[in-house]
Amino acid sequence: MLFKLSFNNMKKSIKDYSIYFLTLVLGVAIFYMFNSIDSQQAMLQVSQSQREIIKLMITMLGYISIFVAFVLGLLIVYANNFLINRRKKEFGIYMTLGMGKRQISKIIIMETIFIGIISLIVGLVVGIFASQFMSILVAKMFEADMSSFQFVFSKEACIKTCIYFAVMYVAVMFFNTFTVSRYKLINLLNAEKKNEKIKMKNPFLCILVFLGASTMLGYAYWKVTADASSITTADKILPPILMGVASTILIFWSLSGFIIHVVQRMKNTYYNGTNMFVLRQINNKINTMVASMSIICLMLFMTISVLSSSLALRNTMQRELVEMTPVDLNLYKTANLPETYMKYNVKKKSTREQREDSKIPITQTLKNNGLDINVLKDIIEISTYTSDDLTLGKFFGSKYEEIKQEYPMLNYDIAEEIIKISDYNKIAKLYGIEEYTLNDNEYILLCDFKSQIEIRNRALESGNILTIANKKYKSKYNECKDGFVVMSTSHTNTGIILVPDNCPLTEEMKERHFLAANYNANTEEEKEKIEVIFSSGDSGLIQSLDSKGIEIDGMTKISIMESSVGIATIVTFIAIYLGVIFLIASSAILALKQLTDASDNKQRYTILRKIGCDEKMINKSLFRQIGIFFGIPLVLAIIHSIFGIQFAITIMSGLASKEDLLPSAIATVIIIGIIYGAYFIATYLGSKNIIKEER
Amino acid sequence: MEKVLEVKNIEKYYGNKSNLTKAINNISFNVVKGEFVGIMGASGSGKSTLLNVISTIDRVTAGHIIVNGEDITKLKGNKLNKFRREELGFIFQDFNLLDTLTAFENIALALTIQKVNSKEIEKRVYDIANKLGIKEILKKYPYQVSGGQKQRIASARAIITNPKLVLADEPTGALDSKSARQLLENFEFLNKNMNATILMVTHDAFTASYANRILFIKDGKIFNEIIKGNDTRKQFFEKIIEVQTLLGGDLNNVI
Repeated sequence: MLFKLSFNNMKKSIKDYSIYFLTLVLGVAIFYMFNSIDSQQAMLQVSQSQREIIKLMITMLGYISIFVAFVLGLLIVYANNFLINRRKKEFGIYMTLGMGKRQISKIIIMETIFIGIISLIVGLVVGIFASQFMSILVAKMFEADMSSFQFVFSKEACIKTCIYFAVMYVAVMFFNTFTVSRYKLINLLNAEKKNEKIKMKNPFLCILVFLGASTMLGYAYWKVTADASSITTADKILPPILMGVASTILIFWSLSGFIIHVVQRMKNTYYNGTNMFVLRQINNKINTMVASMSIICLMLFMTISVLSSSLALRNTMQRELVEMTPVDLNLYKTANLPETYMKYNVKKKSTREQREDSKIPITQTLKNNGLDINVLKDIIEISTYTSDDLTLGKFFGSKYEEIKQEYPMLNYDIAEEIIKISDYNKIAKLYGIEEYTLNDNEYILLCDFKSQIEIRNRALESGNILTIANKKYKSKYNECKDGFVVMSTSHTNTGIILVPDNCPLTEEMKERHFLAANYNANTEEEKEKIEVIFSSGDSGLIQSLDSKGIEIDGMTKISIMESSVGIATIVTFIAIYLGVIFLIASSAILALKQLTDASDNKQRYTILRKIGCDEKMINKSLFRQIGIFFGIPLVLAIIHSIFGIQFAITIMSGLASKEDLLPSAIATVIIIGIIYGAYFIATYLGSKNIIKEER
Repeated sequence: MEKVLEVKNIEKYYGNKSNLTKAINNISFNVVKGEFVGIMGASGSGKSTLLNVISTIDRVTAGHIIVNGEDITKLKGNKLNKFRREELGFIFQDFNLLDTLTAFENIALALTIQKVNSKEIEKRVYDIANKLGIKEILKKYPYQVSGGQKQRIASARAIITNPKLVLADEPTGALDSKSARQLLENFEFLNKNMNATILMVTHDAFTASYANRILFIKDGKIFNEIIKGNDTRKQFFEKIIEVQTLLGGDLNNVI
């Protein structure tokens, strides 16, 4: 009997449940998608080094999923509470018929189980199909081979999703039982008759609060953008954030009062159609919605800024990668190996063979160890030098004491790397970066690591004179110039000194041999094959080198790409995961609130109809109302984000650039548009249905 | 005299073949301009159905209703709404004021949805409020004023569009006797001084006694019709009571 009752209830109120159901399905689907990443096909195709990164990502996603489950749990409890409250009268009737609270609880529990199971199944199906699409996306990010597509189902993710959601549903049941136990029959039966008093706020207070809050918000904005340099420690960011939150709440508190007083002055607008009614409706409702509107606005703000700055970060990283990896291979080995040397802070004795080898160029070493040198092309080999009379400390010259006091952690005894100008220009030509010219007695400092540039420029501005091999040199420029020799994931060249070719650098001053080359291959597959020679421990070359104890370090384009694409992808994934969950949560809260309001306001629309408003007018006013409620938090969130993202870029200095922001922002807008828009439309249609006149 | 309302042989059936309820069974009558007509009957007599079909809230099964020369039983969709908006004014038992709007705004809303110029709106609202004695409460919200005042606000809203016909459904039903009297005096004022045509449904003899003419309805048919003529209101009231007794009225079922 109870079973039949609850089943029929479900069927009857399917429309009321649609938003709730939509939210559950989306929640389940997304939860499954992100937890099934590890078993997706793309993941099986990626290389070894990437697999490590994916492992890290999965661990992180696992922790984040707990947080997400918590957010979803709260959302579900909240949404469910709304629906239960809408049915007070129904429960009242059951109780007058002699049904006990326990039985009512049973009905609700059964309904929860019903809707839970259905949403879980539908959500999983949606999630399984959506994850196939995500697989393609993932493959693109990791540049994995997806030529052989196959359908993937992750049992672990499925079970995990079921368990997490089962726990959430149990929590919902618990809350519902608690809610029902507090019901009083008289209140249930009279639930619809509750007399709401219209609380009007003092208009002047509203205007005052609004202006005050706007000023405070402006100050917080200024603090995180123009004055961002004053935020040096993590705790200094707290006041602007708190100010932002407080002013958001105050703006929502005062906004409707403020607007209504402004619009009332504009009589042509105010006395036009149902404008008056729409404004008053909003004014009336916004009072009870200050808290939820503020939360929604802040959630949207987080979504927008997290999504767009992480996408920008990823784009920047990828763009820089292309810049920073102009060739396929970099190799370097120590020149003039002494009898004892330091390796990883351990004193080591070198063998005769090692010492002999360190005197010959890398190409020669490679040939000696059985490499067919034809696998490489565009080979450039140069030497870098160090001079005992040139350390970092010496470089700073007269500024040394001052800088040392400011940055006591730097190692000032480290020898500066010196390269002859013609050597560097060969490399620069191969890399396609700027070449330089030098006169006698001049040097150029190359540096592209941001914090180093600042310090070194101070020395360069002071016109420091360097002594290299007993000869004096002055800087050609009074600032660092751009350039690098060793490839890397980002700009990390802390300083290279270019000197004229006639600088008396001796063979003994050679510090390293350096080789840059491309693989002699046309396709990616051929390149991969050559890559194995230099990276795999099984290759003949490496085994031969190892047996002799010869150490050649290196960087390959492919390995750099893989490791840094991995990092960018983790960031993007987590951002999208959290962003979408926050978005769903805030849209769902807003949508449910609007639907409840629609049923509370049914009477008002009936009155409008009775005094002669046609359906078109009523739908228009409903559309505007819901549009404004969805729009206001979004607009404020967008304004917040404009400043928030700028701040994010400032603190990520160099990692994300402003040029990458626009496309990311557009992508974010599209994601938000789809989800938020879907909820908006569902809410409008649902509300329209609720206020429709029954005949 | 100009006929504002012509009701011709209307019928309204509810239910299906096996279980047919004739809420209105062949009713015909006319209302001319400037008349104040009362419709009386016990609950279930069909008076509310009659008002609903005249106000286009409900549709007739057969017959015609002609308001100001236009057959409203043939109107559809937006034309119906336009007709309701422009030709009719409503006063309901439960006021039907929007609780989020002030008295002023409630009255003005009837004009704004007709897209009347904003300057004229203010002038007209103040004008009617003056006449109905609600000028002081214009800034208040419905929950801040008494029932009688609410109904006067509703009357102002009904009359402000200068409708051809004002339909009042048990306007005194939710009021105490003092407020009821005050409201009815307002109706009289609207009828006599502003030449408003009023059709009022009520089951209260005292309320009905303010009308010029009364139609009695029983079981979906017109049972009787009395005209005030030159009678005083007291005499007219006694006549009404007589007819009510004849009709059985509310006591019909008491044996």
